[in-house]
Amino acid sequence: MTTDTLVEISDLNFSYDTRAILNGINMTMKRGQLIAIMGGSGSGKTTLLKLIGGAVVPSSGYVKVSGQVIHELDRDALFEMRRKMGMLFQFGALFTDLSVFDNVAFQMREHTNLPESMIRDLVLMKLHAVGLRGAYHLMPAELSGGMARRVALARSIALDPMLMMFDEPFTGLDPISLSVIGSLIRRLTDTLGMTSIIVTHDVQESLSIVDYVYFIADGVIAAHGTPDEVRQSVAPFVHQFVHGEVDGPVPFHYPARAYSQDLSLENTVA
Amino acid sequence: MPKRIVSSLQGIGHRTLEGIWRLGRATRFFLLVLMKSATSLRRFGLVIRELYYVGVLSLIIIVVSGLFVGMVLGLQGYETLQKYGSETAVGTLVALSLVRELGPVVAALLFASRAGSAITAEIGLMKATEQLTAMGMMAVDPVARVVAPRFWAGVISMPLLAAIFSVMGVFGGYLVAVIFIGVDEGSFWSQMQSNVDFRIDILNGFIKSCFFGVAVTAIAVFEGYDSPPTAEGVSGATTRTVVTSSLAILGLDFILTAFMFRGL
Repeated sequence: MTTDTLVEISDLNFSYDTRAILNGINMTMKRGQLIAIMGGSGSGKTTLLKLIGGAVVPSSGYVKVSGQVIHELDRDALFEMRRKMGMLFQFGALFTDLSVFDNVAFQMREHTNLPESMIRDLVLMKLHAVGLRGAYHLMPAELSGGMARRVALARSIALDPMLMMFDEPFTGLDPISLSVIGSLIRRLTDTLGMTSIIVTHDVQESLSIVDYVYFIADGVIAAHGTPDEVRQSVAPFVHQFVHGEVDGPVPFHYPARAYSQDLSLENTVA
Repeated sequence: MPKRIVSSLQGIGHRTLEGIWRLGRATRFFLLVLMKSATSLRRFGLVIRELYYVGVLSLIIIVVSGLFVGMVLGLQGYETLQKYGSETAVGTLVALSLVRELGPVVAALLFASRAGSAITAEIGLMKATEQLTAMGMMAVDPVARVVAPRFWAGVISMPLLAAIFSVMGVFGGYLVAVIFIGVDEGSFWSQMQSNVDFRIDILNGFIKSCFFGVAVTAIAVFEGYDSPPTAEGVSGATTRTVVTSSLAILGLDFILTAFMFRGL
């Protein structure tokens, strides 16, 4: 493992009860890279993030972050590791009983002994980075969807993580908020020198900002490459996904009996 | 119809097993909360914040209900006692009923529906909106940071609320019996003073309310934490909190009364 590799995923398998979700995933993510993991709904993308964060344990294989196998860490070591990770949840998951300021200050207060004056400066700097310094006194209920997402972003970078995970950061945003979040992710990844993983199915926005793309389908990596390689790919699945075609390797119809059989047409014909 | 009988038996068995599993989960969760209470006690500010939401905001319903219950007791007590010419004992009657039974029990029932349901709904919604997962991903244990402070706030406020309920009840009884009806004020208070024992009556009532506080809050935090992360899940959990803790209060009350006053 070279020193500039931050996340290494090797032959990773995961199943809920008997249902296989992920099947032999291999990935390498370098420091400072912005990586997108794409795939249809229910393809196991979010599960992959949970595995990296140690929220679930793989059936076999492993995830290594900065040289340590995540599922072999004990509770204290895992919590120590999570302090170096940030995660942005699909709808922000802001603490609804705390103000914007207290949300961003949350981790600083929990994990550091910094004086309140310094926390104040740091929080304002984080909020400034996402353009919401003026909204520090608002409660989460008073924010729009895009603003809440930006506050959650400021909160997740509060302790300058080395690894950021974004779970569907573009879902339900208007076009302006969407590009704001997209460019913020790119900018913060570069300025903080962190590795970022975006789980998304927003093809156009993510292809314009990321360094590398993995496609997951049916629990395996269907394709991977740089955005340019992906755009020019002729692989049927990638082509269908990037261009949003209705039918293709991912069928339109849920598996079912023959149509004529379901409508009991066969007897009448006979 | 043996098939129908078999399936209904299976249903009963399934539900029984499910109930036992749940009881086991609840017990484990309760122990987990106790084990992770160190943070709450070290950073007592977290508990004080919850004391406001759980305790202070329950004050109005406790004060008003206590007053009315006491007034009714004064009225009913006077009506019955005057038949035997012992209407001055109405003070004793009001005080003993409140301190021994009605104070702890009614205050706990009100507390379950006011604060218990709020705790369940809040924790359940935090779970449904991924706030608890987010906290875990920030390396902060949600049981220690969210659940334990609420639990201790409930345990601390319950006896205090029961005491306030009893005080308001005695005042209500005084209003009706002495001010409105005209029972002799001196005998009202002196009979109460000589017949209410600190250890047997007040201390036992206090112990009851402590048990109720632990039961109601433990049920409330468990239901919230265990609720399915959906709108129906949270509303179902809130209802279960009120139903289960009301039954627990009444059941516990019988057991405690049997031990305390019959020496079983």
